[in-house]
Amino acid sequence: MSWEAFGNLLGEMAEGSLVSLSIFFLTLLFSLPLGLLATFGEMSRFKVVQIPVKLYILVMRGTPLMLQLFFVFYGLKPLFGIQPQRFQAAIIAFVLNYAAYFAEIYRGGIQSIPIGQYEAGKVLGFTRGQTFFHIILPQVVKRILPPMGNEFVTLVKDTSLAQVIVVIELMHVTEQYATSSVSVVPFIVAAVFYLAMNLVVSLCFSLAEKKFSYYR
Amino acid sequence: MEMVSAQNLWKSFDGQEVLRGISCTVQQGEVLAIIGPSGSGKSTLLRCITQLEQVDQGHIVICGEELVKTVEGKARYGDKKTCARIGLHLGLVFQNFNLFPHFNVLRNITEAPMRVLKKSGEEAKAQALSLLEKMGLSDKAAAYPGQLSGGQQQRVSIARALAMSPDILFFDEPTSALDPELTGEILKVIRELAAEHMTMVVVTHEMKFARDVADRVIFMDGGVIVEEGDPQQVFEAPKSERTKAFLARYNER
Repeated sequence: MSWEAFGNLLGEMAEGSLVSLSIFFLTLLFSLPLGLLATFGEMSRFKVVQIPVKLYILVMRGTPLMLQLFFVFYGLKPLFGIQPQRFQAAIIAFVLNYAAYFAEIYRGGIQSIPIGQYEAGKVLGFTRGQTFFHIILPQVVKRILPPMGNEFVTLVKDTSLAQVIVVIELMHVTEQYATSSVSVVPFIVAAVFYLAMNLVVSLCFSLAEKKFSYYR
Repeated sequence: MEMVSAQNLWKSFDGQEVLRGISCTVQQGEVLAIIGPSGSGKSTLLRCITQLEQVDQGHIVICGEELVKTVEGKARYGDKKTCARIGLHLGLVFQNFNLFPHFNVLRNITEAPMRVLKKSGEEAKAQALSLLEKMGLSDKAAAYPGQLSGGQQQRVSIARALAMSPDILFFDEPTSALDPELTGEILKVIRELAAEHMTMVVVTHEMKFARDVADRVIFMDGGVIVEEGDPQQVFEAPKSERTKAFLARYNER
């Protein structure tokens, strides 16, 4: 591979990485709050709320993300007459899938907070909302950082699945180059790209954990 | 003046009756000690009065306001606002402190006065610092609960409860999670509060303390009050056989 071709490759892969990063950030932007909503639904006293939410989480965690991508892109048209664009379909599938995982992580975190914290909040006169947002949630954030870190790292790599509905992200670009140039170089470069992104993710999480280490 | 009047309280958990028609009152300025074996319903009684549990039946009046009454055999509570307002008359100190680990000592104390009573930050802080001084913890305002000893944590939690200026302060076995050396510092604080005529109800296993500090003692067993009276009488001349047996076992230790 000539230097010029290599430079070309890097340029296009960087562009593909931008698409991958867009999937990454947009997924987080929507799935983090949606996951919290799902947690509330899952933990609701009302069965009419609880059962559908549990079913949603079961389906999202129990079927392949790749299948979900196909379904959103190819399945919505015949069923509901809506045809999302490729990138939109990818975001919808990723958000729905990751929100389900985040919901379970939030739930684990919330349930790990001792009941005494709620009781202390109550006898001091806090409303349930005040107790949750000022007393419980900040402690939950600290506890769920490690599993969240896992999930973020997985998401970086999962963005490569978007290629199955032909979103031109990093993996798609890589494969095209590899096929046309009959070379393994694009794969190695892609590996370095993904690794670099996850290095940043890991670093951010170490910093966050450090920031929260001021209390036990 | 009657601060708490609880009449005929019934409470069961999963069919197991924990309170069986118990009645008691708390007078202004008195220190009431509740003693009795584990599982006798002491803590449940406290938790029902402080609204951490709801009674199945009974009538509770706190500072002249009705918290719950019984209509056709079923407990009926006031609306949410009334219950919350009544709750502000009461403070509760837990066995295991339940401090907020993510707030420093100062914020643990100021949080509720600022959020619930809408006090200004300055006012809440000044009050918290004076309470900390009283508790002998002036140098710990910036520390986090995890950095303190059990006795210090419990003193912070007493300060936290006092910051809400409750009319009655409840203690649920405040020294049970502490080793004997740290127990003394908590009992000293309660003694000081008693000297200021703070109305207090203390569930405790510290018999000597109950005897020295309490104005009145209740001995509970099996969800009812077995014996009630001034400490002298309950500890030295108990009328009931059950009380005698319980105290005898304590004196053996």
